[in-house]
Order: sequence, then structure tokens, then C-alpha cells
Amino acid sequence: MNVNPNQADLARDQIVRDADNPRDSNIARFGADKPLTLDAGVELSPFQIAYTTYGTLNADRSNAVLICHALTGDQHVNNVHPVTKKNGWWETLIGPGKPIDTERYFIVCANVLGGCMGTTGPASTNPATGKPWGLDFPVITIRDMVRAQAMLLDHLGIETLFAVIGGSMGGMQVLQWAASYPDRVFAALPIATATRHSAQNIAFHEVGRQAIMADPEWKGGRYHLEGTNPRRGLAVARMGAHITYLSDAALHRKFGRNFQDREKATFSFDADFQVESYLRHQGISFVERFDANSYLYLTRAMDYFDLAADAGGILANAFRDTPTRFCVISFTSDWLFPTPESRAIVHALNAAKARVSFAEIVTDKGHDAFLLDEPEMFAIVRGFLDGAGKARGLPWLSAKK
Amino acid sequence: MLMSNRKLKPQVRNGSDARVDLMLVSDMVERGAKVLDVGCGDGELLQILADTRNVDGRGIELSREGVNECVAKGLAVIQGDADTDLADYPDDAFDYVILSQTLQATRQPRVVLEHMLRIGRHAIISFPNFGHWTVRMQLMFQGHMPQTDILPYSWYDTPNIHHCTIKDFVQLCQTVGISIDKAVALNAWGSPLRLNAPWWFWNMFGEQGVFLLSRKS
Repeated sequence: MNVNPNQADLARDQIVRDADNPRDSNIARFGADKPLTLDAGVELSPFQIAYTTYGTLNADRSNAVLICHALTGDQHVNNVHPVTKKNGWWETLIGPGKPIDTERYFIVCANVLGGCMGTTGPASTNPATGKPWGLDFPVITIRDMVRAQAMLLDHLGIETLFAVIGGSMGGMQVLQWAASYPDRVFAALPIATATRHSAQNIAFHEVGRQAIMADPEWKGGRYHLEGTNPRRGLAVARMGAHITYLSDAALHRKFGRNFQDREKATFSFDADFQVESYLRHQGISFVERFDANSYLYLTRAMDYFDLAADAGGILANAFRDTPTRFCVISFTSDWLFPTPESRAIVHALNAAKARVSFAEIVTDKGHDAFLLDEPEMFAIVRGFLDGAGKARGLPWLSAKK
Repeated sequence: MLMSNRKLKPQVRNGSDARVDLMLVSDMVERGAKVLDVGCGDGELLQILADTRNVDGRGIELSREGVNECVAKGLAVIQGDADTDLADYPDDAFDYVILSQTLQATRQPRVVLEHMLRIGRHAIISFPNFGHWTVRMQLMFQGHMPQTDILPYSWYDTPNIHHCTIKDFVQLCQTVGISIDKAVALNAWGSPLRLNAPWWFWNMFGEQGVFLLSRKS
């Protein structure tokens, strides 16, 4: 793989700058008076949260929607990304007149705790040393991320969220929100997710982490201090993970066994096949916007996620007497978070007498389908939010349907 | 397996374009009640109940298309199967559990019925009456499995595997120890038969039966 070293070093330094001073984002800073108590048993203080907002908060503060991003996502859900210059990652779903209508809702999206786009994480400056945290950063959980988000909403003066919406790791946060703060969540939309990370998914994450840690430039996590960059390891981790986001059918439809810019096999280890070239590109471009240590911490947080274990082994107890209304969505070709995982959520919610809708969408696009153009998902999100909005008595900001 | 039963339902509609049997079912539901509609199809009954009785409604539907259509309408519906998924609900979760034109398509009608009255205080069940005179005539004089407007399938592709008559159903209720709070038989045009008619009359001339049930206290 040809990762240009100079370019990668520049990218690494930019990541460190963005970790403390993110571009195109708001920052909420929490000082020594507002420490974040972590599941690991330590307090994080001071810390900051980088976030974006879209739309307008109404007078009675009842139209706030929190979007939770996935593993490698960030707060730039609906604006051009300052690093990649690509459109917002959920622009298909969010915007004026779209299912999550920016003319109706006040949308908040925060970079997760442990991330590298401006919320405190391992690439941020450790106030004790003035250097990036690296592996001195405490191990965090999905529940810690949600605790931090709750502090952000307190900071914004938002008591109750009209809806919390997210896919994959974002869906885990949605479920954790509903379990931790049932009275603050009117409607919850967990998409392509699970209440616990499966053994297979932990296994995939471990392969990714080992790829990073096997890169000699990782230097025990001290690459920021040593002037190195585990770009190859991180790129390989991304390549492996990316396969799990797609499906056999989607890969075959996109690439088949087609050669990349050549007529026949070269009898070498060049990227002969289009699919190889595509994966290498995914790996290389990822290194430019993501911190390797952050990848370790966030994958770990997903591995530790197990809502039932937190509720005494009975998942339904996590949602006992919940007033929240749920809409669970899965995709037929998602083998990372397959439909039975969503069914387990639905069974638990039924046992907890919760108001729940569940739809499985037919697609061959795999786990990534939740980020893509899926008209049926759009119709379901719109219908669910409209129904919830009616029940909530939301005064629409726009008469537009 | 519980098939989507929309095709099975008679399409008799009154002036307001609502199906007569659904209006009859919705009239049995108290206002503001908590309702589970098992085999809810495209959500027509749930919508009627929400609009006219202000109920807190939930649905289970086997067909993915039906479920997605319901959820897009804002109804709380999940994909599921009456035979296997009712067991997940806790006792007394609902005021009413409704099974409309679907009992005959379940693998274990008795178990389904028992679950309905475990998770709901009341059950409302409607089903095609296999004792209707047209059914009897076809079997007796033509010697083949009956096909009627309400039972349109050939024997080899029907989802209906447990046909019963109104009389059979009343007997099952007695066996299981269920109290019949209200019963109505509808004729071929979807109108209720005379209320004071004897069971044998209903069993002969009712094309479908609609029952409001509750646990025997």
C-alpha cells in the first residue's frame, strides 16, 4: 500500500489539532466543577464535547433530536466534512423536507467521547502533561459516551429529547439512552444494532486492533510523541472492518472479479482486482481523518457493550416500564448486526410492555445500508417520527408535510 | 405459520368505506384501551381504533410488506408470528387482544387463544364459519373442498389449516374455560344475524363469527 509518509504525518498532526480545536463545530467545555464519572471508576476532568446543530430549538424545547454517530462517524452529519470535503454522512435522511426534517426539528450531533474530532479522546491534549493522552486515556464505554451527551444536553438546556436516532454503534447509544434516561427520551430509533456486541464482532475488532498494535510505528500508543504514525496498521484495520460493513452480494455486484486498469492478472501482489484497489483506497483515506488510538478505544467500548449484563442478566429489565416509544430497524443482508439481534431487542421491549415498532428492510447492501439511499427506511423513519410527533403534540415549525 | 390474512377478509364495506366486521370489532373495544392486533395486515383496524376509540394500539403482522406499511403510517407494529411470538408478552399487558380472520391459519389455535387471554383481559376473535350452509352444500353435493368468498383458496394452497364452525369454537371456549361475553354472527353481506337466534341457526347461516371473550373469574 502506498501511504505517502509525508502526507500521513501532516494528517496525523492535523488530527491532533482537530482533537483539541475542531473545525466547523461548537465546543462545550466542562471544567473541574463538572467531572465525567466513567465506568472504569475514574473521573475525567476537564473534558470537552464537539458538536453541531441544525434547525431551530422551539420555545418549549420539545423538538430536539439527538443523532448518535457510528464507530468512524463524527458530528458532521449534515454539513460538508472539514477534512474529507464530503457531504454530511446522513444527508440522505436529514435536511429540509427530509425524514428528519431540519425545518421541524432541532438536531444535535456530538462527536463521541474517545473520538478524534474535537470531543476529548486519546488524541486530545492531556492537561496533566500538555501532550496527547495516548494510552493514558481511560478506557471508556458506550454508557460513558451517553453520560457525556446527557451533560451536553444539560449544557444546552434541553431536558427531554423528542428522539434519539442512530445506527450501529450509534444504535447502541440510542439503546443506552433509553435504558439510562427513559424520561428524557420520547422516541428512540435504534437502527442496525444490538444490545450486546457478539463474539464474532469482538473477534473482528480484535483483528483490527492487533493490526494497529503490530505496526512498529504504533510505539505502544506513543506515536504522537515519537513522531511516527501507525498508518499501515490503521489502514489494514479499516480494510478488514470495511468488508464486514458490506455483503457478499454487494461486493459481487460492485466489483465481481473485475481487474483494476488491466486486462489480465499480473502474477504479482499488485492490486489486480478492483475490490483490492477499492479496499486499499478505503484504508488510505481513513488514515487521513482518524486517530489509531481512538480506533482502539471506540472498538473496545463497543466490545464492552452489554445492556442485559447491566440489568442483572435480563434484557427486559433494562427497559422496565419505559415510557419511550421505539422503532427498531434491521436489514436483511446485514451480517454484522443481523436481524435476530434486532428481534432480541423487540422481544425484550415487548416483555417490558414498551411501545415498539420493528421493520426489517430487504436490501443487499449489508450493514452500511443504514447510511445509504434506502427509500423504505426513509418512509419508516418519517412515519414513525410523524406518529411520535402527533403523540407529543409537537407544534410543527413548518406546515410542509 | 400465520399468513397475512388480508386476502381472506371479506370486503363488505359500509357507507364510510370501513369494513363491517372491523367496525363490529372496534365497537367491542372500550375507549382509550390498550390493544394488540394479531395479524394486523396493513393496519386498517388499528387505524380505525386509533381514530375512533382513541386506543393505544400495537400490532403483529407476518408479512414484511404489511409491517413496513404500518410503521410508515406511524402505527406500532412488529414483524412476528401468532404461533411463536405471543409467548414473549407478559401477563395482562393489554386490555384487548384481537385476532381477526386468522385463527384458522394458526398451527395451534388453542395455544394462541390461551395466550391471548393470558396477555389480554379480553380477546376478540373473528373467523370464517366452516358450518355455513354454502360450505356444507359444496361438500355434500359437489363432493369437493369448499371455496367461498371468505374462503377463496384451493385445498392445496390454502393458509387455513384449522377450520372450525361457530359450534366448534363455542365448544373450545367451554373446554378451555373461557367466558363468552358477546357473540355475533355475520351473514354473507356482513350484516349481523338476529341476536336471539339459537346457535344452530348462527352455525348454519353465519358466514363468520365474531366473539368477545374474557377469562372466567
